[in-house]
Amino acid sequence: MFGKLDLSAIPLSQPIPLITSAVVILLALGVLVLITVKGWWPYLWRDWITSVDHKRIGVMYCLLGVLMLIRGFADAIMMRTQQAVAINAPGYLPPEHYNQIFTAHGTIMILFGAMPLVLGFMNFLVPLQLGVRDVAFPTFNSVGFWLTASGALLVNVSLFIGEFARTGWLPYPPLSETAYTPGVGVDYYLWAVQISGVGTLITGINIVTTVLKMRCRGMGYLRMPVFCWTALASSLLIVAVFPVLTATLAMLTLDRYLGFHYFTNTAGGNPMMFVNLVWAWGHPEVYILVLPAFGIFSEIFPTFSGKPLFGYRSMVAATLFICVVSLMVWLHHFFTMGAGAAVNTFFGISSSIIAVGTGVKIYNWIFTMYGGRVRFETPMLWSMGFIFTFIIGGLTGVLLAVPPADFLTHNSMFLVAHFHNVIVGGVVFAIFAGLEFWFPKVFGFRLHEGWGKTAFWLAFIGFWVTFAPLYILGLQGMTRRLQHINFDVWAPWLYVSVAGVGILVLGVIAQVTQLVVSIRNREKLRDVTGDPWDGRSLEWATPSPPPFFNFAVMPNVEGEEAYWGIKLRAVETQQLSPEPAYEPIEMPLNSPVGIYTAFSPRSSVSR
Amino acid sequence: MTNIELPASQEAIRRVREDPHRLGHRAHGADEPVEGAGHGATGPASKRILVGYGFWIFLLSDIVMFSCFFAAFAVQRDATAGGPTIGEIVDIPRVAFETAALLLSSYTCMLSFAAVNARNRLWTEIFLFITGLLGLVFVLLELQEFIELAMRGITPQRSGMLTSFFGLVGLHGLHVTLGGMWLATMMAQVLIKGFRREVVHRLICFNLFWHALDIVWIGIFTIVYLMGSGA
Repeated sequence: MFGKLDLSAIPLSQPIPLITSAVVILLALGVLVLITVKGWWPYLWRDWITSVDHKRIGVMYCLLGVLMLIRGFADAIMMRTQQAVAINAPGYLPPEHYNQIFTAHGTIMILFGAMPLVLGFMNFLVPLQLGVRDVAFPTFNSVGFWLTASGALLVNVSLFIGEFARTGWLPYPPLSETAYTPGVGVDYYLWAVQISGVGTLITGINIVTTVLKMRCRGMGYLRMPVFCWTALASSLLIVAVFPVLTATLAMLTLDRYLGFHYFTNTAGGNPMMFVNLVWAWGHPEVYILVLPAFGIFSEIFPTFSGKPLFGYRSMVAATLFICVVSLMVWLHHFFTMGAGAAVNTFFGISSSIIAVGTGVKIYNWIFTMYGGRVRFETPMLWSMGFIFTFIIGGLTGVLLAVPPADFLTHNSMFLVAHFHNVIVGGVVFAIFAGLEFWFPKVFGFRLHEGWGKTAFWLAFIGFWVTFAPLYILGLQGMTRRLQHINFDVWAPWLYVSVAGVGILVLGVIAQVTQLVVSIRNREKLRDVTGDPWDGRSLEWATPSPPPFFNFAVMPNVEGEEAYWGIKLRAVETQQLSPEPAYEPIEMPLNSPVGIYTAFSPRSSVSR
Repeated sequence: MTNIELPASQEAIRRVREDPHRLGHRAHGADEPVEGAGHGATGPASKRILVGYGFWIFLLSDIVMFSCFFAAFAVQRDATAGGPTIGEIVDIPRVAFETAALLLSSYTCMLSFAAVNARNRLWTEIFLFITGLLGLVFVLLELQEFIELAMRGITPQRSGMLTSFFGLVGLHGLHVTLGGMWLATMMAQVLIKGFRREVVHRLICFNLFWHALDIVWIGIFTIVYLMGSGA
């Protein structure tokens, strides 16, 4: 029943995971006891766990994502401090533990932190912005979320029982084959990512169908908010590449469990096939994350500039351009692995060209601000911080896309700095901007302005102090994933970097404080209008929080920026729209199918 | 029927006749938009169209997954590691029989859906049963092939080529097996629940799934077996 696991899988001899496990288990038990004592179970079961409401599922996705961001950040703190103390010294993390930490950090941050947050935003916003009452398949949506949650649970269980993979976040064979990694770590990785990948695919199918087939009357394609366009592009990529991940992981699973020879280096297996397949998923995956982030910024810039988005149609074209070209750049992840000059040239050119689409977007956002009445509120600060950070990250990316330059920087700290520059600067800044922006819509009260700005400045400065030194270290020749360091010349920059992590910790504390302060002052921060920022798209036409049916009467859209148009008309005619005719509507029932599918051991057999 | 007094109902009848499932065939021209098709600015599509559309998207993703296994076979086709080559393991007569059974089952599957459209429970069940039977023949023949190969010591563990061969063909066989279970479930649902709206929607999805498996099989038959036998 327990397979390879026995009692020795519990890390009794290793104090760090043991103490962490104990604290986490105690916290989890505490939460469960609190829920039981307060009698919240019926409420949780009825209003959240079995809910098929896209807004509730979106909120649960974001909650999961935020928890996992904190978990991944803990891993990051350990890595940076280890590298700062392990200069001509062993440090405090043994190699086998350190390797698990950088693997878990990458896996968790991308697949269980950023992905759930992005999917959460898409879930919450797309139906509201399209003026409809739910996604196309509400119960299916719940199944998708709970599968992702059970994958996240598996990754975290590996902390207490057994171990996690030590292979890096993409388990390259032959290292990840049974011959070289016989333990349970890679198995945890495979099952966790496979299960959550199926959940992501389900959400992708749902969003594609919703955007293409469920827009309210009058909402033609070129009247959709840009966020819906980016959600569509991102979901199309999910549908196109997550099956590739499923197939690749299934092949590695067959290799490990049944002795197949897909990726072994014996008997005609082909390890390079894994590298190609996994990056054919992996590169589009970063665009799956960053396209909705671009969508979030495309909502924030017009709102806080008091102007329509500059170049709406070019924004749509750039989104779809990135969507298509992102499928043609994967080989730039391994220019050094012997593809030859002609192939490297093709992928070098395609990787440089994809920056053009992003460049169009950056100019559009800047021109949106130009001549507008810019309000420097917290979401806008994150967005402007994003433009600065993302441009630098994009420029270093174009540098890496040139194969001869890549040969010098491949797998160096320069690369680490680059992708954190675009993923933190792009996706994470977008997530925080979006959380600030839509929080009043979701919960009915604003977040505290002062703490929000504090959190932004700490995160922005902390980010640069942490990652700018890594660029320098990379150019000085430091490779990634080093457990200890033997060169004193790197020491000063590693100390600067760990100081940056300290600033980021303060930023996280500021974010948590902001949340606590805002909840305590929620009556003062209450959003009574449903439109706290003078918004432009349909979600602001609903009360905050929106009722479960979203719209009592389905809107009829008459132009771009649907809600802005309604407001302008009301101002011009000095009267509100006439009272609509209310009709009975059909809403889906709650369903426990999702949680049963994800967590019941019998479900896979008996259903 | 009095067409003269009721032009609106006449219009509705014409539309039902020309576009019974509101697929929006008339929406692209100069004519007025069709409601319930989800095209352009006409508002959300009907549930029937949503279900079919969503399932198509799933099928596309499933075909992408198959494409990875096809790619693996293409890469590893000559990686025999000193073992048997693809030309030595394919048995064209049996596979031709398998192919015939599967293609025929697609035809009977379509007939069952014609019976669903006529709301004829008996013929629906009969054609679904024949479809399932032909699917079973296909799976059993494939199983026989696998067992005979294994008796000759030809297993996926032998070489990269055999790994990708068994992986690709086996994945398709697994799909047909799961499809067969789905088919049995649908037969029971038609028997017990009749042609309820959601049962008909599931039958639409099942039909799409079964035909998609045929398309994938044609790829396997051509690329693995026919091209393999010539090798």
